[in-house]
Amino acid sequence: MDLTQTLEIASCTDPGMVRSHNEDSVAADAANGLVVLADGMGGYNAGEVASGMATTVIVTEMQQVLASARPYDVDPRTSQEIAARLLREQVLKANTSIYQAAQSQPQYAGMGTTLVVCLFYDNRVLVAHLGDSRLYVLRDGKFKQVTRDHSLLQEQIDSGLITLEQAKNAQHKNLVTRALGIDPSVEPEMHEYRTKPGDIYLLCSDGLCDMVDDDDIGMALQALGGNLKLCAQQLVQMANDNGGRDNVSVILVRVLREYPAARGVMAKVFAWLK
Amino acid sequence: MAKLILSMDGLVLKEIPLTKERTTIGRKPHNDIQIDNLAVSGEHAVIVTILNDSFLEDLGSTNGTVVNGNPIKKHFLQNNDVVELGKYKLKFVGEAAAAVGAEKADFEKTMVLRPAAMKAAAEQAKAMTGGAAPQAAPQAAGAARATASHQAVASATAAGIADKDPRPAPALAARPAQPLGAIQLLSGNNAGKELELSKPLTTLGKPGVGVAVLTRRPQGYFITHVEGANRPAVNGQPISAAPHALKDHDVIELAGVKMEFFLKA
Repeated sequence: MDLTQTLEIASCTDPGMVRSHNEDSVAADAANGLVVLADGMGGYNAGEVASGMATTVIVTEMQQVLASARPYDVDPRTSQEIAARLLREQVLKANTSIYQAAQSQPQYAGMGTTLVVCLFYDNRVLVAHLGDSRLYVLRDGKFKQVTRDHSLLQEQIDSGLITLEQAKNAQHKNLVTRALGIDPSVEPEMHEYRTKPGDIYLLCSDGLCDMVDDDDIGMALQALGGNLKLCAQQLVQMANDNGGRDNVSVILVRVLREYPAARGVMAKVFAWLK
Repeated sequence: MAKLILSMDGLVLKEIPLTKERTTIGRKPHNDIQIDNLAVSGEHAVIVTILNDSFLEDLGSTNGTVVNGNPIKKHFLQNNDVVELGKYKLKFVGEAAAAVGAEKADFEKTMVLRPAAMKAAAEQAKAMTGGAAPQAAPQAAGAARATASHQAVASATAAGIADKDPRPAPALAARPAQPLGAIQLLSGNNAGKELELSKPLTTLGKPGVGVAVLTRRPQGYFITHVEGANRPAVNGQPISAAPHALKDHDVIELAGVKMEFFLKA
């Protein structure tokens, strides 16, 4: 099912005001309803390599598997939809590629990347993430965070050691507890949500949410939702105006209409005619 | 760990951690800190670090060593002391200050904290606190992890944590206070009404007809076209697709309504 007419996607990535390299990487495949954002880490240009590998591997591998299967197909063995398994497998492939590159080439030693991936299908979105890159959603004027960071700070908040207010001024915002390519195996956190026409999804690297308050991000989405490209640029600009201490990347996805899966034979014919 | 920050004409060239007991400074390449400048002697000075204390000693250099404006032969380095060698300056940052500074500089660098490293750090922390009373039971695990994490922050590189881009972030220039802007409607039903532009973004216009956004930035206010067939005009001229900087008393025309932008004193 081609989702190019269903999803409007805009992205923007910028090195920020301080750094010379952009270690973030973004990729989108509107036809398959796939968007990927990664924030790399590792010395020299290893961060760029890791995030670039993550987005490329996931997008190309997903394209390959989706060419012969649909995410809402049911696996006869598990009688579950294959979407989650497919996405998880591609994330693990990316993990292996990055891990092996890091092991075999000394200049890439220790490289890794955070990740947030969304796969849109059948009026739903499947989200997989690792680390502190986030997914937010603006629905009916309400802006909220969907993913929960895999970071030390989040763990401290969860265990009640610090309050949200203290977290804003915490010193070690940068420590992530899960990432792609660091260990031979990894478990991405995956969830599925229903989408609604009019929703705007925001994928961003910590360069945005560390520099700009959630309220201001929500305001920008609400004010500029009519023009996604401009909105993406505006978000990056706001992060840079506030200091732009890290690379800033955003992907915005607007759901334009319903996109139910075409399951029966008649539905397939109908979808084909459309 | 204490460190030196080498700079010239206010430009930071590099940071040198004082890891060795003797750190030599001079023009010749065998020095730990080589400063290739004719005003610097071949073997100019040495810094001797014993535990947390660092001493600077001039090695009979031709042009001498100056600390905080005073020529010295031997000097016990204090936090923020500035050592001058010709045009070069070396700022000494003591242990405690360096630790805080390092964490601050690390603020935006994403790192991975590996469970294995955390466990090792936790054990280390436990060993260090020895027989200290255990934490309150329900929080014990979390708290121990948190203590471990503090250790982990300090021993980040040692514990095999990936960090990115080791350049320190330059201090952000303090921004001058920006005057608050506002718009006053000049025509339409609400003529005379005033709207303060205190938010980072303010949208104007009617959806479907013409919408523009006014953004408040450190450089001032800008107007950008968002949607609609007709672009807003500033002082009679339609703006381009790019953000347009607003000046005091500019007249904006949007979807048939005129308004004046002005800065409040």
